[in-house]
Amino acid sequence: MTARVALVLVSHSAELARGTAELAEQMAPDVLIRGVGGGPDGGLGTSLDAVQKVLGEVLTTLADDPSVGVGDLGAGDGGTDDGGVVVLGDLGSSVLTVEAVLELDESLAEHVVLARAPFVEGAVAAAVTAHGGADLATVLESANASVRMFAAIEAAQSPEASGTTSGGEPDGGSGSSRTVTVRNPLGLHARPAALVSRKVAELGAAVTIDGVDASSVLQLMALGATQGRELRVEATGERAAEAVATVVEMIDAGFGEV
Amino acid sequence: MALDADWAERWVRRTADAIADAKDELTELDRQIGDGDHGENLDRGFKAVVARLDDAAAEPEPAGERTVGDVLKLVATTLMSTVGGASGPLYGTAYLRAAKVSGRPQIDPPAVVAVLEAALEGVASRGKATVGEKTMVDAWHAAVEAAEAAAGDGGSEVDVLRAAAAAADTAATATIPLVATKGRASYLGERSAGHEDPGARSTALVLGAAMAAALSGPTPADPRSAA
Repeated sequence: MTARVALVLVSHSAELARGTAELAEQMAPDVLIRGVGGGPDGGLGTSLDAVQKVLGEVLTTLADDPSVGVGDLGAGDGGTDDGGVVVLGDLGSSVLTVEAVLELDESLAEHVVLARAPFVEGAVAAAVTAHGGADLATVLESANASVRMFAAIEAAQSPEASGTTSGGEPDGGSGSSRTVTVRNPLGLHARPAALVSRKVAELGAAVTIDGVDASSVLQLMALGATQGRELRVEATGERAAEAVATVVEMIDAGFGEV
Repeated sequence: MALDADWAERWVRRTADAIADAKDELTELDRQIGDGDHGENLDRGFKAVVARLDDAAAEPEPAGERTVGDVLKLVATTLMSTVGGASGPLYGTAYLRAAKVSGRPQIDPPAVVAVLEAALEGVASRGKATVGEKTMVDAWHAAVEAAEAAAGDGGSEVDVLRAAAAAADTAATATIPLVATKGRASYLGERSAGHEDPGARSTALVLGAAMAAALSGPTPADPRSAA
């Protein structure tokens, strides 16, 4: 475990919490992710005690992990080195329960933040961002930004947008662009999308694939790019050509699935 | 007669009785415009509170005088832990904030108003709701205004609570024609009109119990062992 930010997913349903955690874990194996759901009687609902217990356990695990560093957690000053826990809740009362836990237990509140994000999309986006070693504020922002995903994809795929992105050839020295065909049968599904977005984040260049932000795992998945589809990979910035080459190579290699 | 921790305990026990009696009614109200669990959830929560009060009564008296806030804090944490729906954190926060302003053995009329204000503030901030959205905030808000007026007129603790309970009852009824814009009922939009908000109704029950507990005074027997 190397990520310094963990996720706790709070749902009305134990199965939904567990399933969402499983999905996010598959895309971000280095991140500590726990799902907690169900009411005090085991039915649908949220249990304050269960949420409080899991948050405590996760914080203890983070603090005990030498690669996270107790110092990072202990700082609690909102600085860039801060680790901690990002919490996502599903419908109304699970969010209220998390807020109530944080009001009751101030020792938790120091290192725990609640995202305002769609449950599944926010969890996946936050997990992938946390996997890259991001701090608490960055992971929180990644979760919160997931709410804008649908609008971003629609904008990228509208006729006007595709006219400008695919019509224009590389404009001068700073841009780079290549096309590549998806080779693996399942295409850019969750795992490959996570691999690409993590790599793009690492490269630090502004890369788009068919007009969508390639550092966003959600936008990549929403492309629905299956086997045989031709994708246009574009980048701007200093290392644009290198970034495009790297991404094209990954897609062309089929993610170990061909 | 200032109100003390024994009053707070009587209040809570009476609330549990009132909620148990109205369980079916609350659930039916919630079934019409919500998810139908309000009565069940609150009944489970307050029964758990009573069980914990009974446990505490069986223990030797703790050192130091029990405060009103001690009782309300116990209610807050128990409701939060045992009520699975939204009403757990909402009522839990109300009692928690109320407990924070009542950490004294006795409270006078202005302090009773402060308790109600703190509860209102807790519900409103936790639920991010304001008056007129067909929620329990409507009942709490009306209760606070009436309590302030009664205390301002020099009323006793009983006067303050009577005014609060009556106003909450009226406000709960007044939610019937409203269209919900917060909470589960807001998913129904216009169709939520014509039904009373179950949270506003349960708030009226809670405040009615507060008044009844103040009127009844300490029972001859040890009130902490009264069931």
